[in-house]
Amino acid sequence: MPIERNARLREVQRWGDFFRFAIDAPAVGREARPGQFVMVKAAEGTAPLLRRPLGIHAADGGGIELFFKIAGRGTEILSGKRPGEPLDLIGPLGRGFTIPAAAVGTTALLVGGGRGIAPLYFLARELAAAGARPVVLYGGRCLADIPLRERFEQAGLEYHCSTDDGSFGFPGFVTELARREIARDKPAIVYACGPDPMMKALAAITARHGVPAEFSLEAVMGCGIGACWGCVHRIRTEGGEGWVKICEEGPVFPGERIQWP
Amino acid sequence: MAMTAKPVDLTTDLGFLRLRNPVLTASGTFGYGLEFEPYLDLQKLGGIVVKGLYYGAREGNPPPRLVETPSGLINAIGLQGVGVEAFAAKVLPKLRKVETAVIVNVCGADDDEYAAVVEYLDRQDGIAAYELNISCPNVKKEGACPALSPRTTYDLVKRIKAASRRPLITKLSPNVTSIVEIAQAAEEAGTDAVALINTLLAMAIDLETRRPKLGNIYGGLSGPAIKPVALRMVHQVASRLKVPVVGMGGIMTGADALEFLVAGAAAVEVGTASFVDPDAAGRIVGEIERWCAAHGVAAVRDIVGTLKTT
Repeated sequence: MPIERNARLREVQRWGDFFRFAIDAPAVGREARPGQFVMVKAAEGTAPLLRRPLGIHAADGGGIELFFKIAGRGTEILSGKRPGEPLDLIGPLGRGFTIPAAAVGTTALLVGGGRGIAPLYFLARELAAAGARPVVLYGGRCLADIPLRERFEQAGLEYHCSTDDGSFGFPGFVTELARREIARDKPAIVYACGPDPMMKALAAITARHGVPAEFSLEAVMGCGIGACWGCVHRIRTEGGEGWVKICEEGPVFPGERIQWP
Repeated sequence: MAMTAKPVDLTTDLGFLRLRNPVLTASGTFGYGLEFEPYLDLQKLGGIVVKGLYYGAREGNPPPRLVETPSGLINAIGLQGVGVEAFAAKVLPKLRKVETAVIVNVCGADDDEYAAVVEYLDRQDGIAAYELNISCPNVKKEGACPALSPRTTYDLVKRIKAASRRPLITKLSPNVTSIVEIAQAAEEAGTDAVALINTLLAMAIDLETRRPKLGNIYGGLSGPAIKPVALRMVHQVASRLKVPVVGMGGIMTGADALEFLVAGAAAVEVGTASFVDPDAAGRIVGEIERWCAAHGVAAVRDIVGTLKTT
């Protein structure tokens, strides 16, 4: 979990409010696993004060990629950075998705909503490398919400899109697309990242069909390293249930452990 | 740095406790210490003040627990924690191997629980002192806590001082009309030092939904935004008390820490900065040392309480 104060932004790609950063950060890239995140400092000084947690979108020996949407002052400042600028980040942090040892030949369904797609591209590529068949369902409110289509295309990954307003792909919620896909061809596992209502609905569907599922949770984080106890979610534990730190035990949890609000 | 430069003496004497340097970590911002081992050498710190402990495990408040404000952070964690038994069994054995002063922040729902925590911890080795947390704003309604009145402060400090075999640092609340009056009550009751300030009771509102941004409605404000208030209170208290003062509130740099020393603090605690940079406390030790060297200060304790007001 290095502090990488001299990471360098190599490439920026923009679609409206969405950004993809390619970052030179070898130490982070070498260790990163799908579902893990980094804490990024948006600016020097004290405003904004805290780092921002961002899911790792891709990683290799040279560094990592991030995919994010402007959601507030921190991400807005980040979005103004240009190739060549230094970045200060900590990571990789947290526990990511589990790729089953016997993944070869099995189908995995990956369900992403909006910016929640970020870690699923990384996961899909790792699953494919492990011999599994990843199928990505990529949903957004409208066409502008699902800008990563080309990237999945270029990577030769199977993906299907949905838009709430019907402007592209399946018309309706991505959870309905997932429900149909699970009913048609039951996958070995479902992975998801997106808004809480999406994941809550998907958790009900996977539970009903008896499909194991993992969900990547999101919260405001103070530190990202387990020290502030700020990013908790209601999670079933050995002794019952309690507020569990997303940054430390998560952000990815198996569906049966999560208590949805 | 010139080779002839004399090393700066950073040792700090709280009277009851000698520290390697004046930089401690603030309770609630440094976990149980071990979380930070990947990021800094804990042995470079003056000491570690671990997260507040109740006797039993404690659930804490519902989220959202954090909201960022301009140069500040409001938290309403609610002292979620593992309790003394899990701390003694799982954390303390590891902390004993770290050569730094371990100070345990002691909490209680009532005076009996504070006493029970201290009695239990008195039987454990590897603790240098207790920091009596009479000032957390997030566990009772409207921020109520013993530190809001001289009477309850006096009674609790008196009882815990008598019950404890270790030195006691009483951590005070800024949410009072006269911090000096409360600090004097703690001193009269026999505290060995006071620590201040805890967070300022605060809130943030989402205008669009007209809802509070914290699950607990109110929380405690920390970070650089509160430093001017903290400095003022540390100066007021240090000017009036005989026991040492441990100062904190928005310290992000060595210069911030030195300002607290000049205001009269014998030592400082680094809090919210550790969330931003896990190695902040270690960095601040280095910055203090370099500032002293550059300013011809041979021993850091020489600048404590040197504020010029005339």
